[in-house]
Amino acid sequence: MKKDIILAGVGGQGILTIATIIGTAALSEGLQLKQAEVHGMSQRGGDVQSHLRLSSKSIASDLIAEGSADMIISVEPMESLRYFNMLNTKTGWLVSSINPFNNIANYPDVEQILAEIWKLPRYVTIDADKIAKDQGTVKAANIVVLGAAAPFLGLQYTSLEGAIKKIFGRKGEFLVNVNLNALKAGYDFAQQKMQKSTI
Amino acid sequence: MDKLLLLGDEAVALGAIDAGLSGVYAYPGTPSTEITEYIQASKEAKERHIVSDWSANEKTAMETAIGMSYAGKKAMVCMKHVGLNVAADAFVNSAITGAHGGLVVVSADDPSMHSSQNEQDSRFYGKFAQIPVLEPSNQQEAYDLTRYAFDLSEKYGTPVMVRLTTRLSHSRAGVVRKETKAQNRMSLPSDLKQFILLPSIARKRYNVLLAKQEAFSEEGIQSGNNVLYEGSDKSMGIIASGIAYNYLLENFPDRDIPYPILKISQYPVSRKLIKNLYDQVESLLILEEGYPIIEEGLRGTLDEGKTIRGRMDETISFAGELNPMKVKKALGMQTNEGYTVPEILEARPPLLCDGCPHWDSFGALNEALKSYSGGRVLSDIGCYTLSALPPLDSINSCVDMGASITMAIGAAEAGLVPAVAAIGDSTFTHSGMTGLLDAVNRKAPITVLLMDNATTGMTGGQDSSGFGKLEDIILGLGVEKDHLKIITPLRRHHDENVAVFKEELAYEGVSVIIARRECIQTLARRMKLKHAKKEETVS
Ligand SMILES: Cc1ncc(C[n+]2csc(CCOP(=O)(O)OP(=O)(O)O)c2C)c(N)n1
Ligand code: SF4
Repeated sequence: MKKDIILAGVGGQGILTIATIIGTAALSEGLQLKQAEVHGMSQRGGDVQSHLRLSSKSIASDLIAEGSADMIISVEPMESLRYFNMLNTKTGWLVSSINPFNNIANYPDVEQILAEIWKLPRYVTIDADKIAKDQGTVKAANIVVLGAAAPFLGLQYTSLEGAIKKIFGRKGEFLVNVNLNALKAGYDFAQQKMQKSTI
Repeated sequence: MDKLLLLGDEAVALGAIDAGLSGVYAYPGTPSTEITEYIQASKEAKERHIVSDWSANEKTAMETAIGMSYAGKKAMVCMKHVGLNVAADAFVNSAITGAHGGLVVVSADDPSMHSSQNEQDSRFYGKFAQIPVLEPSNQQEAYDLTRYAFDLSEKYGTPVMVRLTTRLSHSRAGVVRKETKAQNRMSLPSDLKQFILLPSIARKRYNVLLAKQEAFSEEGIQSGNNVLYEGSDKSMGIIASGIAYNYLLENFPDRDIPYPILKISQYPVSRKLIKNLYDQVESLLILEEGYPIIEEGLRGTLDEGKTIRGRMDETISFAGELNPMKVKKALGMQTNEGYTVPEILEARPPLLCDGCPHWDSFGALNEALKSYSGGRVLSDIGCYTLSALPPLDSINSCVDMGASITMAIGAAEAGLVPAVAAIGDSTFTHSGMTGLLDAVNRKAPITVLLMDNATTGMTGGQDSSGFGKLEDIILGLGVEKDHLKIITPLRRHHDENVAVFKEELAYEGVSVIIARRECIQTLARRMKLKHAKKEETVS
């Protein structure tokens, strides 16, 4: 088993939480793990990314090589474009929220962004904000995106649930449940979309 | 034993705690900050009474650590690469005094300048000071080599450098912990004159240092940190140091590398080891993160030997950090390509937070400066440096910490009057205070905007050394009471703030305007903590 994942978003959108959940789940399955994060300067409303690598064998590099990422998981649509060069063209999946984080003057047209994503052979685009709101809080949008990525991660769904319980457990049952529901909603959405595309 | 999932920085911190550390001394700086923060948050460190308060700057940190080493205990100093420039005087001289208790200097480089002004390579400083440098290639080595650094330091009575780079500092992986050693008791060096660098003593001490060099390079072999792996394909030999070794391995998923490889994690590197590799291969490829230090040494001035490839012949670009792809290309292997990045993608530079006091400070300053020609704001390093970008476009320089005030003096003395210095509170106590003394002594016509947000914002909100003391410092340095003003950077105070700026810009002497309002990130964190504490006491 080997999964090389690029996590993308804007500083403060919670990509490190996604990384921690996937990482915790991967460890519970006895996998090896490397996770390169971005700290410092770029955190303040700038673009942020993390390279997350899972494998059943030992992992050498902290960085993923260009053209070899198995997945891009992005909590912001334009940010997913930034890493197109990283994605493996034969196998790679892109999972992205469609909700723009618009803090620059020249933010491109969202329709155009989505059109670029939809040119790829394997993608899931999801209205994470709306789905998260339906589950109780828009703050769980990052977990909805994680849920939508879950079918492609090569991890047991129950491991992800376990990780959420472990990580949010300290903050109380309410938050655990909100996040479990957000995960499930994202997961169901991706499953449906996959079924449609195989028909 | 269970593996702990640690950042490279955290692995260094834990390695130091387990090596019997008594004090960590540091000034924050990306990517080194998390080392000290880990120790500050560690329960074990607290139980063991390990000192971990922030220092005012890297030089005071380095000197305090030398003092702890003098008194026999194990000390570590942490900084980002440019911090070593600030600490350099103490650092280079500590090689001559030598260490008593273990003395380890951690310098974290930032190739590709993710959060820095340059990509200088700290290994040069190690070489310059002629002390051993350790360069871990992964998180486990970061832990192991930090422990080893203390042993090496005490064995040879020398400071030892641990060199990190961003990708190791800020990447997590599993680390296996070893036993925890006891701290040293206080003890003084057997020669109480060892640390007096009067020329007569310094000359002797320098010879002592020179005499250790052979042993230092031998240690690299004995420790197993520098290893020569055999390979059947002698058309090329590879030297890979630090994290570059990972990128090499990455390109051979089954680890079946046909070439002989010299893996380097410790300097100075034994000549024997290099010659052994050199003699058996037709050409060499040098993979090192940062400047081509090993490569330059191998080529020599004349570069007349076997073919050597690396950064100096642009096999790998001279600037920028390594990655698996660059190494793959250098190996002459076919690289993968992903999709083309769509042209509609725009850059998303970092921004000041919504509600940050710096918006209002510069908003008022910009307006007050409208009646003057542009290019007058000499600034410094911190969150406020982001005011260089639109829409504020406020500042005209950012060189090194503290340079705002001193550059403003120079510019004013060249005729740029008024000249403005814009500096943060933490930067001011780091190295702005001495410059302000210069300004006072020279009666320089400058206006200093001192943004007191009560924290070190840029690096994540660490305590600021001058908290609650700024007025006393400024008046103590000789700034006139009438020209020390305090404003509140808030939208609703805009007009009165503009008036204060205008008045002080017109004054032909030193004025300091403190713009005081807490960083909203620190404020939010403080409120959350307060709230949590309240709940605790209620329940
Ligand atoms: C010599 C040196 N040490 C450390 C740093 C890292 N660094 C950059 S800005 C900064 C803190 C600035 O704090 P402050 O002046 O209070 O401004 P703020 O970010 O809070 O606005 C630090 C520690 C550096 N660039 N150079
Ligand atoms: S972290 Fe604080 S000082 Fe920095 S931009 Fe945000 S509010 Fe301003």
